[in-house]
Amino acid sequence: MANPVSDPSRATVQTAAAHPQPRLAVRFPGLVRRLPWLVLAVLALFPLLAPLGGLEYYVGFVRRLLIVAIAAASLNFILGYGGMAALGHAGFVGVGAYTVVALVDAGFSSAWLAWGAALLAAGLCAALIGAVSLRTRGVYFIMITLAFAQMLYYLAVSLRTYGGDDGYGLYTPLAMGAWLDGAHPDVFYWVVLGIAALVFAAFGRVAHSRFGYALRGIRDNETRMAALGYPVYRLKLAGFAAAGAVAGLAGGLLASHNAFVSPAIMHWTQSALLLVMVMLGGLGRRWGAPLGVALWLTLEEMLKLYTDYWHWPLGLLLLLVVFRAPQGLAALFERRDGHGGAR
Amino acid sequence: MDAIFVFEQLLNGLGYGLMLFLIAAGLTLVFGIMDTMNLAHGSLYMAGAYVAARVHEASASFALAVLVAVLVTVAVAALLEVLVVRHLYRRDHLVQVLATFGIILIADDAVKAIWGVAPLMASTPAALAGPVQLIDGLPYPAYRLLLIGAGLLVALGLYLLVSRTRVGMLVRAGASNRQMAEYMGVRVGGVFAFVFALGAALAALAGALMAPISAVQIGMGEAILIPALVVIVIGGIGSIRGAFVAALLVGLVDTAGRAFLPPALRAVLPPSVAADLGPALAGIAMYVLMAAVLTLKPAGLFPARA
Repeated sequence: MANPVSDPSRATVQTAAAHPQPRLAVRFPGLVRRLPWLVLAVLALFPLLAPLGGLEYYVGFVRRLLIVAIAAASLNFILGYGGMAALGHAGFVGVGAYTVVALVDAGFSSAWLAWGAALLAAGLCAALIGAVSLRTRGVYFIMITLAFAQMLYYLAVSLRTYGGDDGYGLYTPLAMGAWLDGAHPDVFYWVVLGIAALVFAAFGRVAHSRFGYALRGIRDNETRMAALGYPVYRLKLAGFAAAGAVAGLAGGLLASHNAFVSPAIMHWTQSALLLVMVMLGGLGRRWGAPLGVALWLTLEEMLKLYTDYWHWPLGLLLLLVVFRAPQGLAALFERRDGHGGAR
Repeated sequence: MDAIFVFEQLLNGLGYGLMLFLIAAGLTLVFGIMDTMNLAHGSLYMAGAYVAARVHEASASFALAVLVAVLVTVAVAALLEVLVVRHLYRRDHLVQVLATFGIILIADDAVKAIWGVAPLMASTPAALAGPVQLIDGLPYPAYRLLLIGAGLLVALGLYLLVSRTRVGMLVRAGASNRQMAEYMGVRVGGVFAFVFALGAALAALAGALMAPISAVQIGMGEAILIPALVVIVIGGIGSIRGAFVAALLVGLVDTAGRAFLPPALRAVLPPSVAADLGPALAGIAMYVLMAAVLTLKPAGLFPARA
């Protein structure tokens, strides 16, 4: 049971209450197993097929969706597997984005350099913040990660060199080397898709590694893991820093995608949104994050077409999920033996 | 920077701190007693501000506006408690975050539908529009004095309610050990509903009082929520006394940071660096305070739970 921020007495209540039977997975085991490859193939072909249906606009939309999914997957890793309820993840996304801005402002133009630096800078930042925050527990951890993210936010607001509140425009696309045309939107799309696939494959691997199992053990019973001789604090810190680094990478990609960076991307509601999307998809489930992000952003996009009042249906959806599907959407796709999901 | 300027800023900080206390008091009780993380508390503050601004405009009576704002908000909160919050008490904190974030989204759209997107300009009551000569050379807005007086009065009332009455005793029992209180025969359901309504009333009062000196707009609830959360974490979750001390601390630190840090930095640093750094440090000050308190006292200044 994912029960990151509560006491053991609640865990028993939840275990008894919620264990829906995975329906889809029982009926179509083969389909569910191959689904990720199928989705990847469809996504790879999408830029070629989109013009046939007049859907060119949605290539950019899917690209944004993939980038947000990378950030959400990193949050799912520490929250779902590690039990660390961080409410400041957008802060690391922002660090990544502003790293790209700083490099572009200094005259660099290589995408790989900028994104690599975004990854490193956010990872370093997460290691420092995690070193302090991980000494607290429960609600206090939620609050202290939020506090650090707010500090980063105000720092970004005050950086007038990079536009302060107004943000910073990245007018020329970054160069992606000799073979890739960085200015071509479809090429950028495929690069993002490739990076997203790598990130998801890596998180899938790590979840089933010794490190991943150790993290889950810590989530379920920290005291016992410490008694077994696991370096609990160091393992959590490693997970937190890795997740921060991946969020930074997503931030770097987001900066390129929007061709614009402003402090708004690290506002606390963005951190809350990431949390919401991850929980919507299914906490600690391999495909939870991309499912949640896809559903949320698609609904948002569609609702915006029809009405100015597109917030409240999403709010209603959250209440429905809380009361009707507390395990998230990904639980529907799980096989009974538990190998389809992550736990 | 003379003594009068410092004194004026201290008064501003006191006023801001007291308003923060009104919001944080409800939040800390709901959190401490029901173990429920209610992000939508800021939405109740917003509701109070909007209703007060519109009623004041229509009736020209500020007292009536505040009263109606509090009553309407309490009614909305009661509905919210029955429909949603009541079913969240025993759930995970993260689930509570999810659900109450959903309420924020719905509330923001509801306000947009009723009052539109443009911020409302709430006017100061005419009788209090002018300044008061506090001491020689310090005219201070009368309305801000009312804010301080009302804040202190409510804080005193809340203190008496919690420490001197039977209901207050039940509230304290719930905050220090909810399960034991249940075993002792306290009807927690009723206490919960009372505390939630009380919190809503205080938030609405803060919203109504803050309306004339802040922008009444969508998102104001989310903006005030974070400082209020900082206050209850510093004070110790569930402790009214802690919330009071922490609210004054945060109010003073925040105001002092904005007033004194930029000029102080300008005195020692080159102007271009100071211009960037000053506002940043001022904005960060309260979070640094929180991080420092949590490092020294991980459960806040006045832990409510034994």
